[in-house]
Amino acid sequence: MSHPDVGRVVLVTGVSRDLGRRCARALAETPGVSRVVGVDVVPPRGDLGRVSFVRADIRNPVIAKVIAKEDVDTVVHMSVISTPGSAGSRATMKELNVIGTMQLLAAAQSAPRLERLVVKSTTTVYGASSRDPAMFTEDMEPRRQPRSGYAKDAAEIEGYVRGFTRRRPDVTVTMLRCANVIGPRVQSPITSYFRLPVLPTVLGHDPRLQFLHDDDLLRVLQHATTDGPHGTFNVAGDGIVMLSQVARRLQRPRVPLPGGSVGDLGSVLRQARVAEFSPEQLELLTFGRGVDTTRMREVLGFEPGHTTAEAFADFASSLRPMAGLSARLIDRASQLVEPAPPPLEATGVDHG
Amino acid sequence: MGDAEIIPIGTRGRPGRGSGTDHPSSAARGLATGSRRPTRPEARPEPQPEPEGPTAVDEQPASSAPPATTRERSPLGGVSVGEWLAAFQQAALEMFGDDWEPQLARFLAFLRRRVTGDYVVDDYGFDPEMTERFLMAVLRPIARKWFRIELRGAENIPTDGGALLVSNHSGTLPVDGLMTMLTVHDATGRHLRPLGADLVFSTPVVGQLARRSGATLACQEDAERMLAGGELVGVWPEGFKGIGKPYSERYKLQRFGRGGFVAAAIRTGVPIVPLSVVGAEEIYPLIGNVPALARLLGVPYIPITPFFPWLGPLGLVPLPSKWLLELGEPIRTDDYDEGAADDPMLVFNVTDQVRENIQQALYRLLMQRESVFRGGSAPEG
Repeated sequence: MSHPDVGRVVLVTGVSRDLGRRCARALAETPGVSRVVGVDVVPPRGDLGRVSFVRADIRNPVIAKVIAKEDVDTVVHMSVISTPGSAGSRATMKELNVIGTMQLLAAAQSAPRLERLVVKSTTTVYGASSRDPAMFTEDMEPRRQPRSGYAKDAAEIEGYVRGFTRRRPDVTVTMLRCANVIGPRVQSPITSYFRLPVLPTVLGHDPRLQFLHDDDLLRVLQHATTDGPHGTFNVAGDGIVMLSQVARRLQRPRVPLPGGSVGDLGSVLRQARVAEFSPEQLELLTFGRGVDTTRMREVLGFEPGHTTAEAFADFASSLRPMAGLSARLIDRASQLVEPAPPPLEATGVDHG
Repeated sequence: MGDAEIIPIGTRGRPGRGSGTDHPSSAARGLATGSRRPTRPEARPEPQPEPEGPTAVDEQPASSAPPATTRERSPLGGVSVGEWLAAFQQAALEMFGDDWEPQLARFLAFLRRRVTGDYVVDDYGFDPEMTERFLMAVLRPIARKWFRIELRGAENIPTDGGALLVSNHSGTLPVDGLMTMLTVHDATGRHLRPLGADLVFSTPVVGQLARRSGATLACQEDAERMLAGGELVGVWPEGFKGIGKPYSERYKLQRFGRGGFVAAAIRTGVPIVPLSVVGAEEIYPLIGNVPALARLLGVPYIPITPFFPWLGPLGLVPLPSKWLLELGEPIRTDDYDEGAADDPMLVFNVTDQVRENIQQALYRLLMQRESVFRGGSAPEG
């Protein structure tokens, strides 16, 4: 039922948002993909390139007609959103996420030509708590079931995808649990947090963080669309950084606050539209999270181009450093001590 | 305002007895330096950046008003940059010895790495640089001078590859874990990676420090991950039962959990190295507990020792007991066949073997120890 000479016809949901749009464009350039159809309720603001846009709401059955008419054989589901953002309230967000996914999967189930489904999920499904193992592997469950918000949406979406997998065993389903996507152009709760001039942190906690560069996200989606194996995979850059460490790299001052007040501050910031601060983020900023990416390497066959630290450095290069006074003072002192220092140790990159 | 007779109190800076008379006694005049009217210039120049004793205080002429005052000088004003540098050099020489320049440069480079976040942590959040330079530097004098820790059988720790160090737990606060970490690192150069209870990681500050110094949560996933990664992992299977037991039960090993650590070692095929710690039981002799308050605060126990809480923070100073650490023969686990880790009988047997091993070593060490605070005899042979 495949079209070897024609190449894949890919349907991408959620193209109105920047990452979805860029993903659709990248897929259109991928060899082996002949046509990309982008779907969303609102038209994208940026340039879609060769992607043909269809204005459709995945929350209603019209999507089934789009899939049938466009002869789609691959669906890339990108429209799981982590914050209400422009969508409005939390209720709308939940509807978009959960009902949208249900409708999309229902439509996909009745599409006989469908061969492949790629779902961009998130490592938020693992939650974040003090009882977490250091690194989550794909078969681990969250220690505490999420009760609300994005994490719950993501968990429900994964449940629907698993149901779809059972009902359509002939479709290759690749679920990518991506770590926090970061990059100079990314707008997300985590990037808007790091763009704050002063970072509120949770008193007495220094979470471990993992990032995925947005270029790597596009690459892994391309890879999964063309030859992703069946299964669920954690996708993250190598290594771990601590929040205290990245705050220093950003040269942003930190203000440790008791856990509750960071959440309050977050909702104030959200209401003031300063930062999209999500409640899941508070958990992440308290306990942190790490995921194991062995399966990504060995089964999915994907190697991210940026480590966690490199992805963050790329993001940080787009920001203006704030303080850095202490680093400058130390530099002055070092010059005073030794005008021409011998090569000591590899002091690494200058983040100044 | 009515006329009030003003009785001067004191001498207003003039020599005398403060009796209010204008004429001081001859003895007082003899004490006062110089003449009654000093010949110092009227207007002093503004403070100059020139070296002068820090006690430079203007002497006001001992005439009528105003009374004796001092003129504020900026404390930095009087010391020139050159002098600061010289003093700094002197201090550096004192601190770092003759090759102070490269030493200081290295120190500044370290400081810069810390300030700019230019260091690496591993998957568990372990920050080796901070642990070695800060935590261990703080603990080392305590271990050497206060507890006078003596380590025996360091050769039982494999030089590389995964190994599981199993130890008894005692002392009300997990000081024994910290001391074991330091002692093992100093003796073998390997970092001991402790497995901690989840209370550690849910407690602010403590959890953060624990991760930074290499600990991770005591769960099967993390234990196997670390062991498979070739780390030297430390585990205290008695947990709170061991550390929070009353002083009367000292050196009696409690139940060894569910033997999860043995299963992890068998699954990864790493040797189990038993460690017996003598001395840690006496640092905070636990004579009481406040279970109601402990339940309220969500902690396993509220310790009452002969000094805590009676002496307040002073009660937190551990008693200077003499510590003996003895590492036993490693117990091999790599010759069990596949699936042995899921055989509960075998796991219990190995757990008992480890427990028995540690208990026997404890009794032996206690026999060798002269007293709680004085050292034991050297190991025979």
